[in-house]
Amino acid sequence: MGENGNLNPVTLEGPVCPLPLQPTEYVVLGHGSGGKLSRDLVTKLFLPPFDNPILRAGDDAGIVGIAGSRLAISTDSHVVTPLFFPGGDIGRLAVCGTVNDLAMMGATPRYLTVGFILEEGLEMRVLERVVASMRAAAQEAVVQIVAGDTKVVQKGKADGLYINTAGVGSVADGVEIAGANARPGDVVILSGAMGDHGIAVLSARGELDFQAQVTSDIAPLNHLVGEMLTAGADIHVLRDPTRGGVATALNEIAQQSNAGIILDEAHLPVRPAVAAACEMLGFDPLYVANEGKLLAVVAPGDAERVLRVMRASLYGQGAAIIGHVVTGPRGRVLMRTAIGSTRVVDVLAGELLPRIC
Amino acid sequence: MKYVTEYRDAKLVHGVLEEIRHTVTRPWTLMEICGGQTHAIVRHGIDQLLPSQVELVHGPGCPVCVTPLELIDKALAIASRPDVIFTSYGDMLRVPGSGRHLFSVRAMGGDVRVVYSPLDAVKLAQQNPDKQVVFFAIGFETTAPANAMSVLQARALGVQNYSVLVSHACVPPAMHAILSAPLNRVQGFLAAGHVSAVMGYWEYPPLAEKYQVPIVVTGFEPLDIAQGVLTLVQMLEQGRVGVENAYVRAVTFQGNLPAQQVIGQVLELCDRKWRGIGTIPMSGWRLRPEFREYDAEARFDLGEIHTHESPSCIAGKILQGLAKPHDCPVFGTTCTPERPLGATMVSSEGACAAYYKYGRHHALLEQA
Repeated sequence: MGENGNLNPVTLEGPVCPLPLQPTEYVVLGHGSGGKLSRDLVTKLFLPPFDNPILRAGDDAGIVGIAGSRLAISTDSHVVTPLFFPGGDIGRLAVCGTVNDLAMMGATPRYLTVGFILEEGLEMRVLERVVASMRAAAQEAVVQIVAGDTKVVQKGKADGLYINTAGVGSVADGVEIAGANARPGDVVILSGAMGDHGIAVLSARGELDFQAQVTSDIAPLNHLVGEMLTAGADIHVLRDPTRGGVATALNEIAQQSNAGIILDEAHLPVRPAVAAACEMLGFDPLYVANEGKLLAVVAPGDAERVLRVMRASLYGQGAAIIGHVVTGPRGRVLMRTAIGSTRVVDVLAGELLPRIC
Repeated sequence: MKYVTEYRDAKLVHGVLEEIRHTVTRPWTLMEICGGQTHAIVRHGIDQLLPSQVELVHGPGCPVCVTPLELIDKALAIASRPDVIFTSYGDMLRVPGSGRHLFSVRAMGGDVRVVYSPLDAVKLAQQNPDKQVVFFAIGFETTAPANAMSVLQARALGVQNYSVLVSHACVPPAMHAILSAPLNRVQGFLAAGHVSAVMGYWEYPPLAEKYQVPIVVTGFEPLDIAQGVLTLVQMLEQGRVGVENAYVRAVTFQGNLPAQQVIGQVLELCDRKWRGIGTIPMSGWRLRPEFREYDAEARFDLGEIHTHESPSCIAGKILQGLAKPHDCPVFGTTCTPERPLGATMVSSEGACAAYYKYGRHHALLEQA
């Protein structure tokens, strides 16, 4: 109570509260966070005018039939600050982002297109560095960049450089992977530690006055997926937990499959440096972005075999079983905590924000 | 992770929970003051594991939740000015004022930035001499030293384009207000560990004495909270009144004296309005007159601010421990984190947000 404190009774007001906010009339950053606002934007504003069964499936890529063969098509735009960060850069991100979206449908990614939006004044050597990185990533993923476009905007109208990529891949006969295919009893596998990319970028940004010794995990995941499929395992769902992290990706799967998912907190893989950075910032690693990890929902009998194949791959060495699919509550993700209680793992409302204290 | 993993050890936590079960003989209502503890309790599901006789009610220790609406509206007015870079802790950006929040100001072209420390805001002021940099200095005793330090630093560096919009609150007067209220249900407090790390716990013995309650300084990890509850239940069962420290690795009786000195140098006690609760005498801090030049409220002519509060949610009752979030008829239906009706649904330390985020909907838990 300090030096001037008193202990007289205090009269309290009745409950008061502010007026509800009107539905937002403007685009806010949260619309791009991968959370509920993003989902609302897609389902309420984009889906109705473009509506068709392929889009409605809500997967990482659309599956189309052309001349008797099945193709996966996807597109992804990349805006990241800084352009270069430990473990990667916007170029590698742009190639791997689209490659991974295709791979998550069980497709073999083949061809990419690339669109550059360049800000006047961008240093040519920066652009050269980004393009060299894209070339290396495309070689690693074994895809070709076969068409492109360039636009230049006035200084101040873009953050140096934005990149859009689109891609197509072929889907082999018999491969049926989709977000709606999770079944009760299935096992959920994560291919490695959570949150490396998000924390690496945040640390490289330098705004929050912390530096974590964390490298982004950006990687093409098509080879890993190829090895998992070659093993002949019954894989029901694949998803790369990018923006919004593992929690958001699993919520999407639970909703698409109309099933529940239960996670086991004790088995979630997180690097100590990422865990420490998250503790400090008030983040939950479940919501932090990954760019080189995948979630696989696999028939129970095949789980151990898939896990072995993943751990033997360069891109899945840290794979772990993190949970399983249950009948309900439908569309929700629950977690058995390390101390034995149960809680819901929800989708983020908007942006991931550092806490106050 | 050292000093975290040990305090989340399931075996140790269950050992303490077992001891609580052996100790408790009748119902007790305990309040954890701090919103950070509320979130830890719900996130780890500690309340689910406690015996049914021990009820935890959630206190007003959520800085964003209790920041008065007038001040948020002032922040919105300042942040909308073209000559201003408005800086704040992340949580504050989402809190609704009378009709909009700082995010929407940013979407409309206002320069609103999240900083992790007010000292970063001072740096921003140095880097942008043609702009006014304003920091929204909110929080309890935990954030006060850094916020006060930023003013001292601005003065020492001769940074004149930096100011603070101050909305500081103090925890002990709020405990006093809750205990003196006629409808009070709280029989013992888990005192906030981080607040006590700064301030010590020398302010609590007069409270414990006057209201004949036990108070236990408690940390934030599952084992800390279980230990705090155990100590409190033991005191209640034995009829003991007084203050004990169950967070000795961070808290001393005197607290952090240099931090207290910085606070005392820059800030002075004042009456303060708590959103949803009311005015509590001598429960806030404002800048001392000699630092008035750094007061954003004095620096900017804001005209008259008309706020509008409506009696549509029960945040006030929740902040006083009189109701739980899921007792509210609009919880999780009309009121969600995307469309909050009250600050308790917005802040990462708000009780409603914790209940929502970790799924304390009656229907959901019945299915689980």
